[in-house]
Amino acid sequence: MSPHSPADAPAIELKGISKAFGPVQANKDISMRVMPGTIHGIIGENGAGKSTLMSILYGFYKADAGEVFISGKKTEIPDSQAAIRAGIGMVFQHFKLVQNFTVLENVILGAEDGGLLRPSLAKARGVLKQLAAEYELSVDPDTQVQHLSVGHQQRVEILKALYREADILILDEPTGVLTPAEADHLFRILDNLRAEGKTIILITHKLREIMEITDTVSVMRRGEMTATVKTAETSPEQLAELMVGRKVLLRVDKTPAKPGAKVLEVENLRLVDDKGVERLRGIDLEVRAGEILGIAGVAGNGQSELLEVLGGYATATGTVRVNGAAMPLSGPGSDGQSRRACGIAHVPEDRQHEGLIMPYTAWENTAFGYHRDPALQKGLLMDNAAIRADAAAKMDRFDVRPPDPTLAARNFSGGNQQKIVLAREIERNPDILLVGQPTRGVDIGAIEFIHQQIVRLRDAGKAILLVSVELDEIFSLSDRIAVMFDGRIMGVRDPAETDQTELGLLMAGITEKPDRPLIDAVDAKLDAKEAREAGHG
Amino acid sequence: MDFLTLLQVLDSTVRLATPLLLACLAGLFSERAGIFDIGLEGKMLASAFFAAATAALTGSVWLGLLAGIASSMVLSAIHGLASITFRGNQLISGVAINFLAAGMTVLIAQDWFAQGGRTPSLMSGGRFEDITLPLAGTLAPVPIIGPIYAELISGHSILVYVAFLCVPATWWVLFRTRFGLRLRAVGEAPEAVDTAGVSVIGLRFAAVGICGLLCGLAGAYLATGLQAGFVKDMTAGRGYIALAALIFAKWRPWYALWACLLFGLLQAVALRYQNIDLGGIVIPVQFMDALPYILTVVILAGFVGKAIPPRAGGEPYVKER
Repeated sequence: MSPHSPADAPAIELKGISKAFGPVQANKDISMRVMPGTIHGIIGENGAGKSTLMSILYGFYKADAGEVFISGKKTEIPDSQAAIRAGIGMVFQHFKLVQNFTVLENVILGAEDGGLLRPSLAKARGVLKQLAAEYELSVDPDTQVQHLSVGHQQRVEILKALYREADILILDEPTGVLTPAEADHLFRILDNLRAEGKTIILITHKLREIMEITDTVSVMRRGEMTATVKTAETSPEQLAELMVGRKVLLRVDKTPAKPGAKVLEVENLRLVDDKGVERLRGIDLEVRAGEILGIAGVAGNGQSELLEVLGGYATATGTVRVNGAAMPLSGPGSDGQSRRACGIAHVPEDRQHEGLIMPYTAWENTAFGYHRDPALQKGLLMDNAAIRADAAAKMDRFDVRPPDPTLAARNFSGGNQQKIVLAREIERNPDILLVGQPTRGVDIGAIEFIHQQIVRLRDAGKAILLVSVELDEIFSLSDRIAVMFDGRIMGVRDPAETDQTELGLLMAGITEKPDRPLIDAVDAKLDAKEAREAGHG
Repeated sequence: MDFLTLLQVLDSTVRLATPLLLACLAGLFSERAGIFDIGLEGKMLASAFFAAATAALTGSVWLGLLAGIASSMVLSAIHGLASITFRGNQLISGVAINFLAAGMTVLIAQDWFAQGGRTPSLMSGGRFEDITLPLAGTLAPVPIIGPIYAELISGHSILVYVAFLCVPATWWVLFRTRFGLRLRAVGEAPEAVDTAGVSVIGLRFAAVGICGLLCGLAGAYLATGLQAGFVKDMTAGRGYIALAALIFAKWRPWYALWACLLFGLLQAVALRYQNIDLGGIVIPVQFMDALPYILTVVILAGFVGKAIPPRAGGEPYVKER
């Protein structure tokens, strides 16, 4: 808090902020007060307008209407420079760092003290040392950012803001890329910052984080701020209801699995990418009929590559058996068509690029991959009428809204796009369903439905391989959990006999109790992984 | 080959490397800021013509130099406008500038001088004179060192010394100043510069401006230093060789010096040894002339190793949330 501001003035006050992009009203008459020395959460589904609001606060967009008050003083924020001057620092979801600059160079960029670098660098080195001690924010100042783990890169972003003497720190989805141990450490840092009187705005879609760290929370829905409540006086259920506008079931209802025969067996699977980095380093796993094997892990540890190999669009070495028969992993017979013929269906991680063709209509999208099915052919031509009828029936059964097969895929919301992909894959009655990040960017309301469909398929005796970076999702769906780190399976656990802490350590590659402080052990593992990848890249 | 011949080859290496070096550093500034510039060739050519034409008309080599730099900077401004302001394709803009310069210079030369697209030969005063460094005469009789100083180091025009001094200057600006830090950042991660509250557009225009200035020097040197007047297409692909040298040098100023000296040496050898008789087999002059270009391809294809261009190179910056 700056010394000359009245102590009872809010650190930030927004009054009647509105912003439209063409016909889309991203922010509608938003008012908000955040008191100094508090952590304020902003929660809402994708497209609720959270990021737009923060971009206005950081000077990236100009609001159509409304006023911003910083410490009680009306402030115009036409650009980032003005935001920085007003004491606002922002940690973006996608870091804004220069990869081949050192930590020091990144910190001083734009905040140099004079024409020459040497004095600025020396000063920053001192300040960084001080900040590191004060807030548990230690990073080696002379390492190039590209050799740092994601968690450390995020610390550099926070250091950048603090170096500019920010009193207000905005973090946009900060934990999406962190291991649980790193996220815990981040929250400790935020705690320290709050204790020093800094004001923090935390944007997230994770209810657990809101409950864990914030003092107050605002809920956004369709561009409007629907409620602001004290965190202590609310519950995840209530927040979910405020976000979606109706009651939501947060846990999945399911009975114990009845695993049958081995359907999918993977042995010693290895993949080297085109940069020469080994992404899969000997994967062994099996999935039985009637069970869901969840693969937990932070994004970028080989999960995507595993799905790509099994789905038939990346080549690898090793053995993959489906119902006992070995599948070719390169050359003829290793493509997606052959995989589908063997009974493998795939709901890819990136639905907008791999799952759907966005400009094509919903009915065209429901046929992709299965368009050679004789039922959809009429002589040499596609039987479009049959495909349309088929699509309409599927969309009805999967509750896709709006139920209009002639709309382009891009005109559906994330949740409804995912339902289209799921309908296409599940309705083919596969033996194995590969499903990656089933609810990424999906509204809470649709999450419930998607989870139910996956469990229903399991209960029908199918084998399901689930990849997700959301630990909550892994816990609520999986019958067994495998944890991936740096291209390897670190261990397989029974969800009833493990917890977030144990999985969190496995996700950082730690399999036994370390002989030094935990966060240091995690940092060392992650930096080693980063170095292995950068060494080839 | 005796010592004196060697010195002569090296001497002409220095002269021939000069325009390459200036153009290479010009490209370095531009590309480090994220603006690919295939139009070095065109800018040099325009500068060569306007430098020679102005020198011919006014008799002043310095006015010629100014005119050359001005013309090169105008083309730079066009490139900047197309690729920074209007976010156009940088390659296409560069190619357009090359065509514009190739056609325009000959057309104007014909209109002004009616000598078949060339300028009149420049008399003294219209050319940069060679500078004899102090003590060159005194030291000349000293064995080894004397001839090196008198022949190789002394006796070049001012622009040669300027070009070589540009190497440490470029290094210092890039790695020791705030401007350099920001310039390198804007070629790697313009979004980092933007969120730090620094103008991406301003920095990129500054870089393109420096590029224009250095290309102007390179072109003026070609027409009023190395040679005495402008002839059609006199840059002869030097802009492209400078680009090759830039990649070979991995966008670093000191490496750029060595890369340009290497290409300069190849040109010097080609000039000196027109027909080489290797025990009955005569290597034709055409091959020798083509040698620098052949080696450009070979070096780029095989010997560069891992050259990582600036990450944001070639991409217009569009702000996103």
